[in-house]
Amino acid sequence: MKQLLILSGKGGTGKTTIASAFIKLTEAKAFADCDVDAPNLHLLMPQDYQAVKSDFYGLDKANIDQDKCSACNLCYEHCRFDAIIKSDNSYSVDYFACEGCALCYEICPANAISMQKCVIGDLELFKSDIVFSTAKLRMGNGNSGLLVTEVKKQMKDNKLESTDLAIIDGSPGIGCPVIASLSGVDLVLIVTEPSISGMSDLKRIVQTSQKLQAKPAVCINKFDTNLEVSVKIESYCQKENLTFVGIIPYDEQVIKAVNMGKNIIDYDCKASHAIKDVFKNTIKHL
Amino acid sequence: MVDFTGIKVKTMKIAVLSGKGGTGKTLISVNLARAIGDAHYIDCDIEEPNGHLFFNPNIQNTENITVKLPVIDHDKCTACRKCVDICRFNALAMIGNKVKVFDMICHSCGACSLLCPEKAITEIDNRIGYIQHGMSKNVKVSSGFMDIGIANGIPLIKNLLKESKDSKESVIDCPPGSACSVMESIQNADYCILVAEPSIFGAHNLQMVYDLVKMFKKKHGVVLNKIMDGINPSEDFCKQHSLPIIASIPFDQDIAKTNSNGEIIVETDTKYKELFDQIFLKIKEEVKK
Repeated sequence: MKQLLILSGKGGTGKTTIASAFIKLTEAKAFADCDVDAPNLHLLMPQDYQAVKSDFYGLDKANIDQDKCSACNLCYEHCRFDAIIKSDNSYSVDYFACEGCALCYEICPANAISMQKCVIGDLELFKSDIVFSTAKLRMGNGNSGLLVTEVKKQMKDNKLESTDLAIIDGSPGIGCPVIASLSGVDLVLIVTEPSISGMSDLKRIVQTSQKLQAKPAVCINKFDTNLEVSVKIESYCQKENLTFVGIIPYDEQVIKAVNMGKNIIDYDCKASHAIKDVFKNTIKHL
Repeated sequence: MVDFTGIKVKTMKIAVLSGKGGTGKTLISVNLARAIGDAHYIDCDIEEPNGHLFFNPNIQNTENITVKLPVIDHDKCTACRKCVDICRFNALAMIGNKVKVFDMICHSCGACSLLCPEKAITEIDNRIGYIQHGMSKNVKVSSGFMDIGIANGIPLIKNLLKESKDSKESVIDCPPGSACSVMESIQNADYCILVAEPSIFGAHNLQMVYDLVKMFKKKHGVVLNKIMDGINPSEDFCKQHSLPIIASIPFDQDIAKTNSNGEIIVETDTKYKELFDQIFLKIKEEVKK
């Protein structure tokens, strides 16, 4: 099974809209939303969408037994994440700051610290003739990379034998969840927009994909909102020898379709025509 | 900050967040800071920092930010596996008879070096990015830039916010989402601006950041951005939850163009200067309450 990942660096360039269009165009049987910080792809799923939910456990987090604690201060001294809260000689753990390294647990001379299971995210799996895997990281949690890896695994474990293409909607940025989503994919479609912010973010995400040995392809969404910058992006792609798969115009129909929970592909409009062309070009490189 | 009577006035920290990317966080943060004038703009979106592209600050100093990485002294190492066993991140592995460190997975907790019975593990500084401070007119501009291939940029955000304990009003441009990096960014904020665009995606992600600011009991208000004719699911959400709307900014081709070229709209259009002055006044009143 080939995997196509859709990323953007900058948020709000149209990743999810394009991912949902591609899913329809390929009749993809397997897809996933790896934007676990702010998942939206499920909002475009059919009305009868009902997913099986499960808890996702992150690393165990520290907990201090007040009765056993001798207030020796060792945990407070050594914690690099400022996760030990000290007040009037009593010690407790800041749940959100704790990264689960267990250093405090290892060094506590009073054995007052235990490591406890923590649910950090909620996984959802939708399975019928298609398989859709998604998840939401619980508020304020870290370690989103682990959850992203699990979303992809859930998709792979449940896909049908015959599935030959999976489409994965990624998250903005270049950090933990993006790095996790990049592993093992065959092609990364980067959706950028013609602004100096979009261009700066494009360069960072291209370098990130290359560093993780994933092949990038680039398209420009809303290209006509700033033609000068669009031209600059195209020449940057040429100079860097990046695969360029097309341009999509700004079209108010896109937001109207999204707000009705509809797929842009079902409309006869300039954006949907352009997305179809971008799709054809992208598939050639898979 | 000192007011006209010479009395020290407490300055505010205003965080700008949105859940969804691309709603206009940077637009709002940059323009608010410029409208305030004597302000400190802090870009905590360290994965994709863009505020500096608008301000073009005169850089005054650049500081590398590092975290600790373990290094194994193979002469001292007895291959006892203690470090491999205690590392919860699986950043250490025994390959043959040799311990190998996987830099990208290491969380720099220091457990391995502290607990190695042979004292065979030392730590070196590993750069994860840099922060930069500069001036753009009277706005102090601080930005964090995470290096490519680094997973966790929280230490950059911590360092940036340390700098904000100064005498100016601060505007904090947050990363998208509602995960740890956003939480870190709003921790000491006096007020949170939630920026939302008029789509079901926008409304869904507004809900997430609304939950976050509620949990932290932060004063907050919404800026509805890119408003168009037709339904606005984000506005409906605000009404349902009695969320204060502090400004509504219509979709405007001119703003889009000016902004995409890296220009600051309060400098090019007096209409927007007035709008951002109003936003700042409203926030001041809310924070005083």
